[in-house]
Amino acid sequence: MSEKVLMKGNEAIAEAALMAGCRHYFGYPITPQTELTAYMAKRLPKMGGVFLQAESELAAINMVIGVSSCGKRVMTSSSSPGISLKSEGLSYLAGCCLPAFVVNVQRGGPGLGGIQPSQSDYWQATRGAHGDYRTIVLAPDSVQEMVSLTIKGFELADKYRMTSMLLADGTLGQMMEPVSLDAGEIKTFDKPWATTGTKMARPHNIINSLSLIPEELEQWNLERFARYDEAEANEVMYEEYKMEDADVCIVSFGITARVSKNAVDEARAAGIKAGMIRPITLWPFPKKPLLAAADKVKAFISVEMSMGQMIEDVELATRCKRPVLLCNRTGGVIPSVKEVLEKINEAEKIGGDRA
Amino acid sequence: MAATQIIFAGFGGQGILFSGKFLANGALLEDRQVSWLPSYGPEMRGGTANCSVIISDMPIGSPIVADPDVVVVMNNPSFDKYEELLVPGGKAFIDSSLITRQAVRTDIEAYYIPATQIASDNGLDGLANMVIIGNLIRKTGVVSWDNAETLVRKIVPAKRPELIEYNLKALDLGYNWEN
Repeated sequence: MSEKVLMKGNEAIAEAALMAGCRHYFGYPITPQTELTAYMAKRLPKMGGVFLQAESELAAINMVIGVSSCGKRVMTSSSSPGISLKSEGLSYLAGCCLPAFVVNVQRGGPGLGGIQPSQSDYWQATRGAHGDYRTIVLAPDSVQEMVSLTIKGFELADKYRMTSMLLADGTLGQMMEPVSLDAGEIKTFDKPWATTGTKMARPHNIINSLSLIPEELEQWNLERFARYDEAEANEVMYEEYKMEDADVCIVSFGITARVSKNAVDEARAAGIKAGMIRPITLWPFPKKPLLAAADKVKAFISVEMSMGQMIEDVELATRCKRPVLLCNRTGGVIPSVKEVLEKINEAEKIGGDRA
Repeated sequence: MAATQIIFAGFGGQGILFSGKFLANGALLEDRQVSWLPSYGPEMRGGTANCSVIISDMPIGSPIVADPDVVVVMNNPSFDKYEELLVPGGKAFIDSSLITRQAVRTDIEAYYIPATQIASDNGLDGLANMVIIGNLIRKTGVVSWDNAETLVRKIVPAKRPELIEYNLKALDLGYNWEN
C-alpha cells in the first residue's frame, strides 16, 4: 500500500483517471468541480496527453465522442447545469455504443441553482436523456472511494461499451481526506469496433447512432439492453452497515450516507436497532439486498439531498412491503445527524407485523 | 484520544483554510483518521471563510462539524456564530487583536491571543493564523508539537523556502504565549 496523502475529492478523481490510463480530458470549469479541470490542465500536457478547455459543455462532450470512437479512454466532468448541457452528447454516446467516463459533482438546482452540495441530479443520472439507454452510476462516499470508483468507472465503461458516471457532490469534491493512490492492476479491454484505420485489412468500422429503419433500430436497442442486462447482473455494488439485526433500514448514498452512519451509531447507542444499506451503484440499483431487508425491518428511510428522488427506487426495490420514509434537505443544505436521528425514532415507532 | 472536531473561521486571506490543512496534515503524519472540509464559493473572495477538521482514532462518518470541540476565530462575526456552537467544556482560540469582545459563555475555555499584533510586531504579517495554531497545539495537544517543523517543511510550497523560518517562528511565538 502506498503512503497516504491528503487530497481533495476533485483532485483525487483526476489523479485516479490518469492512473486508469485516461490521457484525454475535455471540459469547461464550473463550481464545485473546477479543481478537477485545473488538475488535468496541469498534469495532462506533461504526460503527453490532451487537455482541452472547450468553448462550451456541448463542445466538450462531442470531443469525448470523437476520442472514444478512436478507442481511447476519455472523460469529461462538470456540475449539475453543465451536465444538462452535456445530456445530448450522453444520449449520442449511448446511441453509438461508446464508452465514456463522466463526472458530475452535484450542486443545488434546478436551473443555475446554487453552488452548495446536492444530490438532486439522481433522476437525471439514473434516467438520462432521450432514448432507450442506461448509464452506470457510481456514488462514492469518501475520497478513497472516488479513486477506486473512477478506475472502476473506466473499466466498466469499456467492458459494457456504455457511459459510466461518477455522481458526487460539492462536499465530496471539496473535502480532503487521506487517500492511498495504489491502483493495483488496471483492466483494459480490446476495442475491435474502434475507428483506428482499416490498414486495408478489415471492413470499415462505422460509429453511428442514426437508423431510419425501425426494425434495425429496434434490433440495436435489443443488443444494447442485452449488454445492460449483463451489467445489471454482474456489477451491483453496495455496503451494508449494521444490518444484521436492524429494525430500521436507512438507504443513502454519497455524503448523506456518511451523515447517516453517524445517526445509525447514535441510534444504536440509544438502544434503537438501526442499520443502513448504502447503494454504491445507483444503476444498477441494489434491488436484491433491499428486497431481502424488506422481510426483516419495520421501515426504511431514504436519506437524500433532494425533494425525494431515490426514494422511488427504494419503494420499487422493496415492492412497498414496508413503509419508506423520507429524510431530506434540498437546495444545497445537508441533513444533520440530528434530523436523521429524529426520522429513525419516527420509523422505529411504526408498528405492524414483521414478516 | 477520541475524535476532536475543530472549526477555523475568519476572513478570506487570513490563512483559515491553510490552518486547517496544517492540522490535518499533522494528524496524517501520526497515522490518525482525518477529514478537512472547507467552505467554498463567493465567501472565499474576501468574505468569511471557514473549514471543519475532524481528527479521530476511529473512521470518520460525516465530515461536517455541527458541535465543535475547538473553534479558532479570527473575526467578530465568526466568534458570534461559533461561540454558541461549542460543546460545553470546548475551547475557543480568539484573535484578540481583531475580536473586540470577551466570551459570553462561562462553560467554555476561552484563550485570548493578540495573534495579529504578535505577528505584526515580529515582522510576520499574515501569519497570525500560525501564531494561534502554535497556541492551540500547546493547549489541546491535538497533534504533536514535535512534528511541527516536519509539518511546516512539508506544507510550505517548495518555491518559497524563506517561509519555513517565518512559519516556525510564528508557531513558536504562539506556543510560548501565556494566555
